[in-house]
Amino acid sequence: MNQLYDFLSGPGAWIAFGVFLVGLALRAAFLVGISRFADKVFWNHADAGWGLRSIGHWLLPLGSRSLRGQPIFGAVVFLFHLCLLGVPVFLLAHNILLEENLGFSFWAMPEALSDWLTVLALACGLFLLVRRLARPEVRILTTAWDYFLLLLTLAPFATGFLAYHQWGDYDLIMVLHLLSAEVLLVVIPFSKLAHVVLFFFSRFFIGSEMGARRQEDGRLGARVW
Amino acid sequence: MTEPAQKAAEPQPAPVDAAKIQAILKSNQGARMRMWLSICSRCGLCAQSCLFYLAKDQDPKLSPAYKVRASLGRLIRSRGRLSRAELEEVKEVAWGQCTMCRRCTMFCPFGIDIATMIGVARACCNSQGVLPDGLAAAKKNIQESGNQMAMSTEDWIETCEWMAEEYAEETKGVVIPVDKKGAKYMYTVNPREPMYYPQDLGMMAQILTVAGEDWTVPSSGWDCTNLAMFAADAAVAAIPVRNMYQAAQELGVEQILMTECGHAYRSGAFEGPYWLGLPGGKPPVPVKHAVQLFWEYIVRDGRIKIDPAKRLKEPVTIQDPCNQSRNGGLQTMLRELVHALCEDFRDMNPNREYNHCCGGGGGFIPMGSDYKRRRMESGRIKAEQIKATGAKVVIASCHNCFDQINDLNKEYELGVKVVSFKDLIVESMVIPPELVPPPEEEADAAGEDSAQETPDQGGA
Repeated sequence: MNQLYDFLSGPGAWIAFGVFLVGLALRAAFLVGISRFADKVFWNHADAGWGLRSIGHWLLPLGSRSLRGQPIFGAVVFLFHLCLLGVPVFLLAHNILLEENLGFSFWAMPEALSDWLTVLALACGLFLLVRRLARPEVRILTTAWDYFLLLLTLAPFATGFLAYHQWGDYDLIMVLHLLSAEVLLVVIPFSKLAHVVLFFFSRFFIGSEMGARRQEDGRLGARVW
Repeated sequence: MTEPAQKAAEPQPAPVDAAKIQAILKSNQGARMRMWLSICSRCGLCAQSCLFYLAKDQDPKLSPAYKVRASLGRLIRSRGRLSRAELEEVKEVAWGQCTMCRRCTMFCPFGIDIATMIGVARACCNSQGVLPDGLAAAKKNIQESGNQMAMSTEDWIETCEWMAEEYAEETKGVVIPVDKKGAKYMYTVNPREPMYYPQDLGMMAQILTVAGEDWTVPSSGWDCTNLAMFAADAAVAAIPVRNMYQAAQELGVEQILMTECGHAYRSGAFEGPYWLGLPGGKPPVPVKHAVQLFWEYIVRDGRIKIDPAKRLKEPVTIQDPCNQSRNGGLQTMLRELVHALCEDFRDMNPNREYNHCCGGGGGFIPMGSDYKRRRMESGRIKAEQIKATGAKVVIASCHNCFDQINDLNKEYELGVKVVSFKDLIVESMVIPPELVPPPEEEADAAGEDSAQETPDQGGA
């Protein structure tokens, strides 16, 4: 157990973050690269105004007509992502580790807050899981891989919560926490979870294509939000 | 020939060429497609956007993401190694369950252009000769004659001359110039018009005459429609567009003008340049839709005046043809035009770029009668929208929408009349005094007619 922990908290972490960052960067660069000759329709009509509005409206919980049609889902997705991004980055424990190992840290939120946000993340995750099982039009699309990714995304939160409260076998829980987080990081660039970066590209494109391309001397583009 | 002999004589369809399908899939693996295929999160938000899904009591198999799985997804997973019967199943999804209206694109959190993905599935099927009969026939006509209804140039020009004569009786000076060099507009039509509804041509000529416009029609390249686009056959789709652009360039006109058609606009103004590999993705000669022209004449410039007494009094609603509003940007011009022509306008809900597809547009109706039941089912959404407005008149500035809404009117007993903008404008526009045909000529013509009629009635 100790050896595993040492690996995961040392080289394992480096590999995981490395693959995460480099993987996403390479994937984005590759796509932008091939788009130059395979997706001229983007470069011909790219428009910052339409592209950014397309992104902006969809970052808001109910900023799009589509999410307003399923407002509870919209709110849950928003909160879920807020916690996904906010908790790991601003957790006190993580920032202490950062400070000790790399010499810098971010703002650290009070532990009571991060505790509640973790619960919120898990609750949102549970909602998403139930929704996936309950709604026919979502269930029919869902594969085992989708369930796995959702559980993998929640695993670091669940194990982190247990570790913080020191419930269960601490050593095992910590190993699982590191392992699940590192597997998640490594899987992100190669799965649908790459939307962490690709969301911005795809939204920018469709905002420009449906908006800017249709707009000219009196015509108005379609607002994709 | 006896039946068995006939069957034996029919050539057996060639086996499915998986390599060809793979080649099409590969050529469509640009950044967008790769991204879209990979980041679909299976969230199911696209379902609520689709008329097929909504009309069939939210059948999950009709959600756009599922349809992509069942068509493009299936082709990719099998690497094109499907039997002809299996391709026919893909055809039923890609054509029978989608009008490529792109409403789903508006609802996807990532903005995945789901309709375009269905289009790639169509291209794969089309490459193996698997496509709806109506589209196959239209493609053949386009390849052989340059237009989807195989109308000859002679017939086209004759029809123009005939309509000019007829409408010169309504408005002096109506002429349909053919191949006039250097005119401002080159007018292109849906072949349905010269073939079955020539009065459409006449009405446009009348409107352009009243506006005092400098225009012409080309002797070839006059078909702006593009059913090959709906068949996702890029090679054949390039033909009518190339003909149209070439005619416009040869005549040296300023702009290409299009009749009230939906998909023609999408083809000529947006997609055409890409089939022809034109730089910048812009047509070589700007393309203007009839709706925009009417808006300019009536709303923006006041070049054509509408008689206030003749504005439509009955409650009116308008269809937002997918290829004019959502995919065309004309949604506001449509409404400003309606306000000018009608007194009681009731907008549908949802409307503008979020309006529903009527179920028949883009080329769905021309696919053939075996698809009618399907579009009557999916069209229930549009029928309910119309009913909810309480309108008695529906303006449909697209031929497919026009026909579909007429069919829906019968199927769902909506009790509405469907009109185009040309219909309304011709009824209510003020014809300048110098263009009003003199009454003496009418009386003379009437006298001539009655003289011809009396011989048989003289005895009494």
